Amino acid sequence: MTDSKYFTTTKKGEIFELKAELNSDKKEKKKEAVKKVIASMTVGKDVSALFPDVVNCMQTDNLELKKLVYLYLMNYAKSQPDMAIMAVNTFVKDCEDPNPLIRALAVRTMGCIRVDKITEYLCEPLRKCLKDEDPYVRKTAAVCVAKLHDINAQLVEDQGFLDTLKDLISDSNPMVVANAVAALSEIAESHPNSNLLDLNPQTINKLLTALNECTEWGQIFILDCLANYMPRDDRESQSICERVTPRLSHANSAVVLSAVKVLMKFMEMLPKDLDYYGTLLKKLAPPLVTLLSAEPELQYVALRNINLIVQKRPEILKHEMKVFFVKYNDPIYVKLEKLDIMIRLASQANIAQVLAELKEYATEVDVDFVRKAVRAIGRCAIKVEQSAERCVSTLLDLIQTKVNYVVQEAIVVIKDIFRKYPNKYESVIATLCENLDSLDEPEARAAMIWIVGEYAERIDNADELLESFLEGFHDESTQVQLQLLTAIVKLFLKKPTETQELVQQVLSLATQDSDNPDLRDRGYIYWRLLSTDPVAAKEVVLAEKPLISEETDLIEPTLLEELICHIGTLASVYHKPPSAFVEGSRGVQHKRIPARAGSGESAESPDVGQSGSAEAPPAVIPSQGDLLGDLLNLDLAPPTATIPSVQPSMQMGAMDLLGGGLDSLMGDESDTLGDIGGSPSMGAGLGVAPAVMPTALGSTPAVGGGLGDLFDLGGGVGMPSGSYVPPKAMWLPAMKAKGLEISGTFARRGGVIQMDLSLTNKAMSVMTDFAIQFNRNSFGLAPAGPLQVLTPLSPNQTIDVSLPLSTSGPVMKMEPLNNLQVAVKNNIDVFYFSCQYPLSLLFVEDGKMDRQVFLATWKDIPNENESQFQIKDIHLNSDAASNKLQGSNIFTIAKRTVDGQDMLYQSVKLTNGIWLLAELRMQTGNPNYTLSVRCRAPDVSQFVYQCYELVLKN
Amino acid sequence: MIGGLFIYNHKGEVLISRVYRDDIGRNAVDAFRVNVIHARQQVRSPVTNIARTSFFHVKRSNIWLAAVTKQNVNAAMVFEFLYKMCDVMAAYFGKISEENIKNNFVLIYELLDEILDFGYPQNSETGALKTFITQQGIKSQHQLKEEQSQITSQVTGQIGWRREGIKYRRNELFLDVLESVNLLMSPQGQVLSAHVSGRVVMKSYLSGMPECKFGMNDKIVIDKQGKGGTTDDTGKSELGGSSGKQSIAIDDCTFHQCVRLSKFDSERSISFIPPDGEYELMRYRTTKDIILPFRVIPLVREVGRTKLEVKVVIKSNFKPSLLAQKIEVRIPTPLNTSGVQVICMKGKAKYKASENAIVWKIKRMAGMKESQISAEIELLPTNDKKKWARPPISMNFEVPFAPSGLKVRYLKVFEPKLNYSDHDVIKWVRYIGRSGIYETRC
Repeated sequence: MTDSKYFTTTKKGEIFELKAELNSDKKEKKKEAVKKVIASMTVGKDVSALFPDVVNCMQTDNLELKKLVYLYLMNYAKSQPDMAIMAVNTFVKDCEDPNPLIRALAVRTMGCIRVDKITEYLCEPLRKCLKDEDPYVRKTAAVCVAKLHDINAQLVEDQGFLDTLKDLISDSNPMVVANAVAALSEIAESHPNSNLLDLNPQTINKLLTALNECTEWGQIFILDCLANYMPRDDRESQSICERVTPRLSHANSAVVLSAVKVLMKFMEMLPKDLDYYGTLLKKLAPPLVTLLSAEPELQYVALRNINLIVQKRPEILKHEMKVFFVKYNDPIYVKLEKLDIMIRLASQANIAQVLAELKEYATEVDVDFVRKAVRAIGRCAIKVEQSAERCVSTLLDLIQTKVNYVVQEAIVVIKDIFRKYPNKYESVIATLCENLDSLDEPEARAAMIWIVGEYAERIDNADELLESFLEGFHDESTQVQLQLLTAIVKLFLKKPTETQELVQQVLSLATQDSDNPDLRDRGYIYWRLLSTDPVAAKEVVLAEKPLISEETDLIEPTLLEELICHIGTLASVYHKPPSAFVEGSRGVQHKRIPARAGSGESAESPDVGQSGSAEAPPAVIPSQGDLLGDLLNLDLAPPTATIPSVQPSMQMGAMDLLGGGLDSLMGDESDTLGDIGGSPSMGAGLGVAPAVMPTALGSTPAVGGGLGDLFDLGGGVGMPSGSYVPPKAMWLPAMKAKGLEISGTFARRGGVIQMDLSLTNKAMSVMTDFAIQFNRNSFGLAPAGPLQVLTPLSPNQTIDVSLPLSTSGPVMKMEPLNNLQVAVKNNIDVFYFSCQYPLSLLFVEDGKMDRQVFLATWKDIPNENESQFQIKDIHLNSDAASNKLQGSNIFTIAKRTVDGQDMLYQSVKLTNGIWLLAELRMQTGNPNYTLSVRCRAPDVSQFVYQCYELVLKN
Repeated sequence: MIGGLFIYNHKGEVLISRVYRDDIGRNAVDAFRVNVIHARQQVRSPVTNIARTSFFHVKRSNIWLAAVTKQNVNAAMVFEFLYKMCDVMAAYFGKISEENIKNNFVLIYELLDEILDFGYPQNSETGALKTFITQQGIKSQHQLKEEQSQITSQVTGQIGWRREGIKYRRNELFLDVLESVNLLMSPQGQVLSAHVSGRVVMKSYLSGMPECKFGMNDKIVIDKQGKGGTTDDTGKSELGGSSGKQSIAIDDCTFHQCVRLSKFDSERSISFIPPDGEYELMRYRTTKDIILPFRVIPLVREVGRTKLEVKVVIKSNFKPSLLAQKIEVRIPTPLNTSGVQVICMKGKAKYKASENAIVWKIKRMAGMKESQISAEIELLPTNDKKKWARPPISMNFEVPFAPSGLKVRYLKVFEPKLNYSDHDVIKWVRYIGRSGIYETRC
């Protein structure tokens, strides 16, 4: 008997025939008919008209037939809800059947029938099945709770099924546990705030036990669930890791990847100097490599994940370069992914091998792959400086092949190499110029024009070359037009005598004959610059450009963190957070990695030493690489590197804005991070990267914001940390900032300095793309992260943000000392304002001086450095005052009572290491205190006095 | 989780469609057909997102299997499941073809209902499934109560891969060590990358619930024992063959789910209760001290624009007493080849225009020998600017030893409840080394 014949019946009147057959007395005929119905259903024919007839066949002891009828029911019940009720009795009866397979089948199918009336009847059987003696029925019932929840969540809660489900986590059968975990995880996902999956060390222990015993799929459910747990401390984290590592040897790749996810996440909590940490790192590499011998589809998933892992922890796979070499027969999607990882792993140690490989690949057939290989050679040159020369010569070899797309791709990357190593490889320009005619892609043309403009003084016929492009100016893409305009202006500034005509031609083409506003505006700017002040024009257009940095396509650290929490899932394949491709409430929660023990609450606020802060790499691009570095080595580079563009743009003011914009025309290309200054449309040279960062860098800012609000409500008193936070003051009125109103204050919480801002939109349109920068200031305050305004600010909306600050920014003495100049950018404009912060912000927690040292220092500081102040109207006794001051990190070292006069000796240490010593004298009954401050930097005393006054009076 | 599962033929006609979740509509079936199957080679990833719906697909001959979801599912799991689905289908009705799928569509629906519940994969071990999904139309009354509970406890139990009460008159087991050796060599003979991926496949015909312990010359184990001073040689003589060769370093290994992983992690011992019949016990990977059975020495010379001279020497590099079989060397030729003349010392060589390659076949070759082929390739003059990519020369062969150097030291069987001991079990071990991707660039 072959069943394929059912697929071929396509005659007219078929439905009637089927109807007759379904009602036949013969069992065999009935079964045949149902099969035909199912076959038609599969092919997409509508056989819903047969509903009553099919349902009539349900009462049978033939299991195969029963299953077929159920299949039909699941498909059509929704369209025939009234008829579906007819089936309920059979389901309820089947749920009582002595055969556990039948009981399970009934409860499984019932859950798939999405008809409200039926779900009511489902409750009782389901309740029984959840407590069934047979584990097969229980495991099916567990999933059924999730099904029911999907149809009617309220019903599930009312009926108490969630609690029963939770009980099943302690079931003796591992598969029941696994299914219960899967069901609970799914339900919990649609209730982000519920504490459904109340994970605690006891339940975790149960899960880990079940992990050893259940099926491969169950292991995946459990591991995925474990990954959501936040261990209490590093010890718990380690013990979980130890029990999860055996899974790395599982034959099922999904089990391995889910185990990797748990380990990658929990590893974050382990102290780095722990031996176990190193062991764990070593254990991760082999299973990841093994994944590459799986089937190609799984290799693809694995490679996408490895791409993330390599960005997060490059050390894991740094010695495994060879396994990522492309095989001739790899499917194209595997090849492209491998190439990406090869570049990420490229280093001085292996660059020779990598280059040899890339050169091989550049001769392959697949165009996309070849292009990517060529691009990769360029990226190697930029990443590994020692290899630059070899890369350039490899690229030249490739240009000699004259294969059109290879040549074009090579020219694009050579442009990038020029931007990284200016004035080093111009000797190749001649070769490039030979290929001018073959360039037909805008990107390649633009790159070539850029090169010609940039090195115009060394190319004899630069004017001819550029002129040749000018002929078809209007047929070029915008990218090329903009580039050509700038290149000709550059040329003119370098060789004014012979190119006057050319520049006039291009300016008129751009300003008079073009509809493109960007092009027109740029043309006008040049025109005016050139006509008013050619010297200034030269300074602007030919200004020195910042070097580009190696990592152009790293995933932003916050997104990376989130994706690491989603290893193995679709999010990790797409490299997008789940919210980007999942509808509804599911997956909107942002997952994050737990913080390392002892690093305080925020992984992003490393305790930075003063050293090296001022010489943040002068003009390197907002390299996300550094940011990543910060995350990985909490004690490394100062976070100022995240927004290094502050300095130039602040110093040079508007001039620089123009210069940056005009010169870095490459800003139009997605892959050039070159435009540090930002093109005019992007505005103001506030690093673009921070503005596009979609999610909070860590939890701190958001939480801090919330806390700040609470404190504000309380009027700034009685905080646990004790430090005084002044109420928010208006810093930037809406009138001055095109509708953006900013008020704010400063606070020091748990050793972290924070700037609490309230942004209010008083304009009519939505504001987005917020970013913030500080000018140099007396104590080197700088944002420790980007401004976290996640959602667009709609009209009349106010957002409270808390911006963590570091004190490792560039230092410049301000007047007054505590003045801070701030620039805030949004999609509309850049706004400047200044504000003053209380000096107590800078009082560090370890400011308590040793008694002896205090005495010695006091004497050591010359008398003329002492200032005296009166603090009036204080009604506190000495102990209360001392406590209050201690809350703001003003520490009492000794107390003396002479003639009814209390004298407190106190010390304060500033973030930059300056010590302040103070003597506070108070007489009982006299509300006026006398404060004497001694400091080696007497300028500060005045502000310390202000702090005393503020703290004591509030 | 998985929202639906579809199977299509090469034309994109649906053969099986099973929807598990409400968020997947009938239009998803068409979306995949239109955007992936009909798009031919345009789709370059096994995961496709169409209108916020994600499609995972694998292809078996010309059949497409697609899993659909709208959620952030575990992607690795979905693919593992699709492969498993293929295995299960193959175990039930052989080759996955349109004909077989149509003939068994009722069975497939029944399987899909069992192994995927609301999109969550359930027990999918064929051994267990075959006990109750039989297509015999079981009448529920006729089944004995014990039988039923036995089935359910097996499906959900800790040892889901084996049923109780198996009996054999002769207790026998077969171990196959199957290795595929992969090589990428530069034209100058430098090893660019080489690795062995091996599998230990076991066929067990053992009674009861036997507890097994498997041992091999794993460097970590041997070193540990060496330190302890107690060399466990009891197993060695039993299976013979191991000439006391040194141990090998295993980069990584993975095991069938029957192996107790926590025990392997702590003691590095491999203990398990095997499934009945044939299954894959473990997979492993080695990269150190690999015996490369053949070396290929290519020499390609371009004579003018219309002629190529190719000379390839192969050398066998193993004990002269051993014989390699099914040797095949594949020398790629340019697309504009017009004619080829070949001379070879041994075997047969042919130019296959359809494959753009010279295929040189040798039936058998002993160790430490060498052989040579030379060919003249005539080329049609072309004005194609692009140079010939020179794909690597690839090789296929089979050798009767394990190129990684892996040796089975013992496989002990304990079944305390039945009256047979380890000595009564008849054991067979076989080593087969095959070429994986064995390429030399030229």
